[in-house]
Formats: sequence, structure tokens, C-alpha cells
Amino acid sequence: MLKFLYIPLWFGLLALPFMGWAGAGRLVFALGMGGLVGWAFLRLLSFIRLQQAKEPVEEKGRGIMIALKSLNQIRLFWGGLFLLFLLPVFLNNYYLDILSLAWLYGILAVGLNITVGYTGLLDLGYAAFYGVGAYVYGLLSTGVGLSFWLGLPVGGGIAALFGLGLGMITLRLRGDYLAIVTLGFVQIVYLIFNNWDSVTNGPNGILAIGRPQIGGFVFRAPIHFYYLSLVFLIITATAAQRLIHSQIGRAWMAIREDSLAAETIGINTTRMKIFAFVLGSGIAGVAGVFFAGKYTFISPESFTFLESVRILSMVVLGGMGSLPGAILGAFLLTLLPELLRGLANYRMLIFGAALVVMMLFRPQGLMGKKA
Amino acid sequence: MFLQQLINGLTLGSVYALVALGYTMVYGILELINFAHGEIYMIGAYLGIIYLALFTWLGWTGSHLFLSLFLVFVLAAATCAGYGLTLERIAYRPLRHAHRLAPLISAIGVSIFLQNYVMLAQGSADKVFPHILPARSFLEGGIPISGIQAFIIIASLSLMGALHFLVRKTRLGKAMRATAQDKTMASLCGIPIDRVIAGAFIIGSVLAAVAGVMVSMYYGAVHFFIGYVAGIKAFTAAVLGGIGNIPGAMIGGLFLGLVESLGSAYISSEFKDGFAFLILILVLIFRPTGLFGEKVPER
Repeated sequence: MLKFLYIPLWFGLLALPFMGWAGAGRLVFALGMGGLVGWAFLRLLSFIRLQQAKEPVEEKGRGIMIALKSLNQIRLFWGGLFLLFLLPVFLNNYYLDILSLAWLYGILAVGLNITVGYTGLLDLGYAAFYGVGAYVYGLLSTGVGLSFWLGLPVGGGIAALFGLGLGMITLRLRGDYLAIVTLGFVQIVYLIFNNWDSVTNGPNGILAIGRPQIGGFVFRAPIHFYYLSLVFLIITATAAQRLIHSQIGRAWMAIREDSLAAETIGINTTRMKIFAFVLGSGIAGVAGVFFAGKYTFISPESFTFLESVRILSMVVLGGMGSLPGAILGAFLLTLLPELLRGLANYRMLIFGAALVVMMLFRPQGLMGKKA
Repeated sequence: MFLQQLINGLTLGSVYALVALGYTMVYGILELINFAHGEIYMIGAYLGIIYLALFTWLGWTGSHLFLSLFLVFVLAAATCAGYGLTLERIAYRPLRHAHRLAPLISAIGVSIFLQNYVMLAQGSADKVFPHILPARSFLEGGIPISGIQAFIIIASLSLMGALHFLVRKTRLGKAMRATAQDKTMASLCGIPIDRVIAGAFIIGSVLAAVAGVMVSMYYGAVHFFIGYVAGIKAFTAAVLGGIGNIPGAMIGGLFLGLVESLGSAYISSEFKDGFAFLILILVLIFRPTGLFGEKVPER
């Protein structure tokens, strides 16, 4: 019981220099009361459970899970897909725009999931590859009038080349170094976008990038991009799904679980790691081209470390090593900030705390399998 | 000009070295990159300004300037030690046996949390450190060194010396070295490894706090975002010297500060922050164990 006094007091003491007497006092009160209420609630819950001990609670939960599993998954999938294609009929432009952004993040999350989730390489510089794709297309589109459809393979390819260069350097080393090098890489790329004025136009970014078009039809309304991004996401997710269930995907997972054991059964771990890293980078590049084509404007601010963290947290939230999880994570983390607009200033604070809480209580994510 | 840049570089470098020590100690023991360490440094920089404002309000800075500055350092170090301890308890200790990415991600979470917490509590504008110290640059034997710079270099070097003594000669240091070598064996020998790890976090945080206060005195302003860049640079310094190696981190930090100062003076000031990363990548290509990492990292 005493811990509801001294833990809040400790945090109050830490916060005192920053928040003053009044702020720290409020914090202590809030933490203490919150802790007490939560504790009381948990006690109540366990009390109720004890009362129902004869009728096992676990069985109930399992019943729901079995019912969910027995639903025809394939039919469910097609139904959901049909719904997604039908959805724009009911939504206004604002939501269509957010949803197409969510699908774009879905592509990014699927790509990063290959690197982080399946192969277990912590890539903190994912936004750099995303930015490379966007800038390559932006520059080529405004410079030589490259079309969007050609931009996709070019942007993706160049991002993948960057991934190859960086991967060859770092992937031979221990895992943690990759995190730091990619972190440095995202910072260097940002500095180049921001300071190499003669090419990238510095902080002002690149304007008037070409939109995607087929024949005479130009994609410009939110609904066009909704469908385009959805199609892209489906293609990416399907390709990733096929790859993960192939020999390559199993090799990645073997590396993630135990790289030494993977090596002893004849997997070329360095090559497979580099392949995963390059593939992830290429997908980010393609997503970057899409981003540039959708907004027709790019600036360095869209490709910072924070963007990397955002994509990473989508993967973590959804569940590392789960494709539907990555897409769910992208969907939630794009939509929730929009819904929480009222909390504007506290958004990042909650976000940071949520990452910690997630790691403490459900490190496998919403849809991930327990390790 | 060159001498001036050299001294600027040494000043900057000793700050990086102090922060780098925190990374290298935690890495040596836990094999974990403490991503939130840069934020502890940032909090230290803010606390320097906050506690100095407190003493100014009490009217001590007029009569007992040096005593109150000393108290600012002590209080900031104590508060940061509290933050470091709490960080370890919340974000790292429960995850010690989780999979490898979990503590890294929770550390990123703490880092984002602390940045935004400071921004919300203190506002997003720059905080200014009042000019209470003689800022004039004086020539001592022909060396253009300001009082603050001399203070930073001397204080950092003595702290590093103290740390070296602590690790090499005291019981706590011995326990830390043992824990770094083999946690299981150390705990079988009766070393309370939880306490040793907490001790490493406390020492690292104290050094980061001192570095933070010195930086806010030196530059005269702090911002809630400084921890991120300084953190990466200090980590680079630690890698440069061979991560887990304490003297390596000191020399790596000084070297990095020199490169950055001379690089921004003679090559390009816009890419000042890029030099550190360039060095990091070069080191990892050619000598991934760092400059002094030949042996198995000692600590």
C-alpha cells in the first residue's frame, strides 16, 4: 500500500525542477490516485474471478478465439478487400486522404517488417531510403520530366543501391551497430537534403513534381490516390507474403531466431541479411516515389529520424514478424493521431510512453506470435 | 586561428567524452545501447539553468557565486542520477531477458517521452543561461583560452581520472568489471549485479549531467532537442575508442571534438554534424573494434 505514496513522491521529486511545486504536486496526486484506482480495479477483478472459479474464465476466451479461427479466412479476406474497395463511396475527401496515407504507411511498414520483423535487423534509418526514393523521383521529374511509372523502379532501385552499400558495410558486424549506423545515415541524408542547396533546393524542398498519369488520365483527387495506394499495398503485401513463405523467408526467420544455428545449417547469413536489408530499402524507395507523386511537394522535414521511429513503431505495435500486424499498425498509427488532434501537444509524449509500455507488457505486438 | 580551433575542439571533445563514458559503461556491462542517455545529458543542461535561476532568486549568486555554481553542479548531478536510476528500473531492468530489440525500442520510447516532457514543461523556445561568469577570452602565455573553456577541460579531465580510479581501485569498480565479464558468474560470486548495473547508470548519468551543465554554461543556451545529436556523437566517440573501453571513450571523445571543430572551420560548417557520422561509418568499415578495442573489452 505504501508504494502508492512513495512511487508518486519519487516521480514528483524528479519532476519538481521542471514543473514547479504546483505541477509536481498535481503529478504526485494524479499518479497516486491513478495507481490506487488501478490497484483497486485489479483487486476487484481478481475477486470476481475467484467467485467464478467454478466456471473457468479461460474457456470463454478460448471459445471466442476458436470461433474466430473457424471463420473461413479466405472468405473473410476477400470480404474485407471488397469492403476496402467499396469504402470510398461512403467517405469524404478528408478521410480518403488519411486512409491513402495509411495505405502508404502500410507499404512502408510491410517493407520495414521484412528487415526488422522477419530478419531481426534493427533499421533506424528507414526514412532515409524513403527520402532517397522521393528525392530521386522529385529531381528526375522536375529535371528531365521522368514519368511516375518509370520513377517507381528508378527510385526504388537507387534506394536499394544505397541499402546495398550500407548493408555491405555494417551487416557483417554485430547487430547493434546496424542500429547506430542507420541512425547516423538518416541524419547524414537529412543534412544533405537540407544543405545541398544547388541540387535539393535546401529546406524549401522540391515543388511541382509530376503526378502519376495513364494516357490522358491524371491522378489528382483523393479518391484516385486511395485506389492507387490500396493497389500498391496489396501488391507489396502479396509479394512479401509469397517471399516470406518461400525458402528465403524461412532463412530470414532462422537468422532472426539464431544466426549461428542458421549458419551451421548452410544459410549464407550475410547474404540473406543484405538481401532483406536491400529489399526493405527498395520498398521504402518505391513508397518515397509514391509520396512525391501524391503530394507533388517534398522537403527534408518528411524524412527525419522521427519518421523512421514512426514507421518502426507501426511495425512494433502491429507485431514484429506479422504482415497483417504491420498493416494494422500503420492503419492505427495514422488514424489515431488524427482522432487525437485535441491532445496535439501530448501526442508525442503519449507515443513515447506507449512504446515503453508496449515493450513491457506485449513485446510481440498486437498480432505477433509470442516468441 | 588554428590554436583557437584546437582549444574549441578540446572543449567540445571533453564534453563528448563525458557523455561517451555513460554509453560505454552501460554497453560494457549490459551490451545495450542506452539510447536515452543523450536525454539525460539534455536534462542536465536544463537543470543547470533551472538551479542557477533558483540560486539567483535566492540571491546567492551575488554573494557566493562559486559556491552556488558548485551547488548547481551537485544538484543537477543528483537529479540526473535519479532520472538515470528510474530509467533503468522502468525501461531496462524488466526487459533484461526479453528479445534483443525490446530494450532498444523502449529506450527510444523513453527518449521521445523525455524530450516532449521537457518541451511541455519548459516550452519549446531556447533556454538561456545567464551571463554571470566572465566570458572574456584571456591570453595566458599566448594561448587564447577562455575561463569557461579552461574550466571545462580541467573539470572533465579530473572527472575522467576519478572514474578511472573508481573502476580500477575500488570495490564497486571491481564488481563492475566482474559483472561486465560474466553476469552469471559474478552473481554466483555474491556480487549484487542489479545494484552494480544501477551504479553504472548512476555514474553515467552524473557524468552526463556535469557535461550538460557545462555545455549550457559554454553555449549560453539549451534546447530540448540537443540530447539527440549529442547522444549520437558521444556514442560515435565510444565506438571510436572501442565500445566498452573506458580510456577509449575518453580519447574517442576528444578526437571527435577536435575533428568536428577543425572540420567545421576548414572544410564546411554546414555539415558540422555530418563529420561524426562519417567517422562512425569509416571506423566501422576499417576497424570495427574501435581504435583501442584490440583486447576483449575490459569493462
